[in-house]
Amino acid sequence: MDGVTMKKDLKRYSGVIVAIIAFIAFIVFLPVWRTKAIVSIVFQTKTMLLVIPPIFILLGLLDVWVPREKMIRYMGAGSGVKGGVLAFLLGSFAAGPLYGAFPFAAVLMKKGASFTNILIFIGAWSTTKIPMLLFEISALGPRFALSRLAIDIVGIIVIAFAIKAVLPKKEVARLYAQAETID
Amino acid sequence: MDAYLLYGLAVVGLVLSLVKDKTKTTTALKKAWKAFEGILPQFLTVLVLVAVALAILDTATISRFLGTKAGIWGILGASIIGAITLIPGFVAFPAAAALLAQGAGATQIAAFVSSLMMVGVVTLPMEIKYFGQRVAILRNVLAFMFSIVAALFVGWMVSL
Repeated sequence: MDGVTMKKDLKRYSGVIVAIIAFIAFIVFLPVWRTKAIVSIVFQTKTMLLVIPPIFILLGLLDVWVPREKMIRYMGAGSGVKGGVLAFLLGSFAAGPLYGAFPFAAVLMKKGASFTNILIFIGAWSTTKIPMLLFEISALGPRFALSRLAIDIVGIIVIAFAIKAVLPKKEVARLYAQAETID
Repeated sequence: MDAYLLYGLAVVGLVLSLVKDKTKTTTALKKAWKAFEGILPQFLTVLVLVAVALAILDTATISRFLGTKAGIWGILGASIIGAITLIPGFVAFPAAAALLAQGAGATQIAAFVSSLMMVGVVTLPMEIKYFGQRVAILRNVLAFMFSIVAALFVGWMVSL
């Protein structure tokens, strides 16, 4: 590693370094929460280590195997209702926490999926995942889970269109250009 | 359960990919690694934020709040707690079910569950990295407001 990349890395990780110092200060000066903080950072690290490899492998495969023309045809700006439904199903069949959806969505953007469909995908990933729904039905009852599912589907669509409507075209273009740089 | 599904998909995908084209598979894995390394700083920051949020707001504290506070403040409070915590469904649902059985309001529980899933304050650094501040903040604000609407609807449906 040469000096330039090291300097760049140091800059990229400066936020992390600050966060870690703050965390150490937190557990040193606030002993009330010390054990819980350590237990939860260990638990969260385990969860991340568990779910991250398959998510990133899948997005790598998606990037390599799905041609841009196909993605544009199925989920691009002209894909209409079918594209929205596909984005919704893709998000609903996903598994893992919401932070897994963001890098995935970036690859979809790079491949030419429309911004509305990206937002639908994120909404579906966040809240209508099928494995979680089955679990919710058994824990909280079908009435609770299914009425939440019904209103969530409406909410996902409303939020997607609302963001698309108020977001300047320039900002959308900027995000797509940024997604393009993912290698 | 979630993770098994993901691993199953990833393994099947990798095997199929390897059979069809070895070079492409290597490229895919390289891309996977690069994408991961690209987001690693934000990942680590989120990890610390989550740990602190969950140390202060552990399941017992959340349960105590959701179990006792009712009315509009209870709903708002439940949404706020849901927004700043990151708890997997397999932990949150049984805890929520226990609270419902003890007589907590369905509306509060729904507000908590909805904002827990849709709003991610501690994961904002990651969301901003991919979607910029504007989209990330807008999405979370809208999702927060929506989780209250959803809660009122679910509470009403359950009460029918």
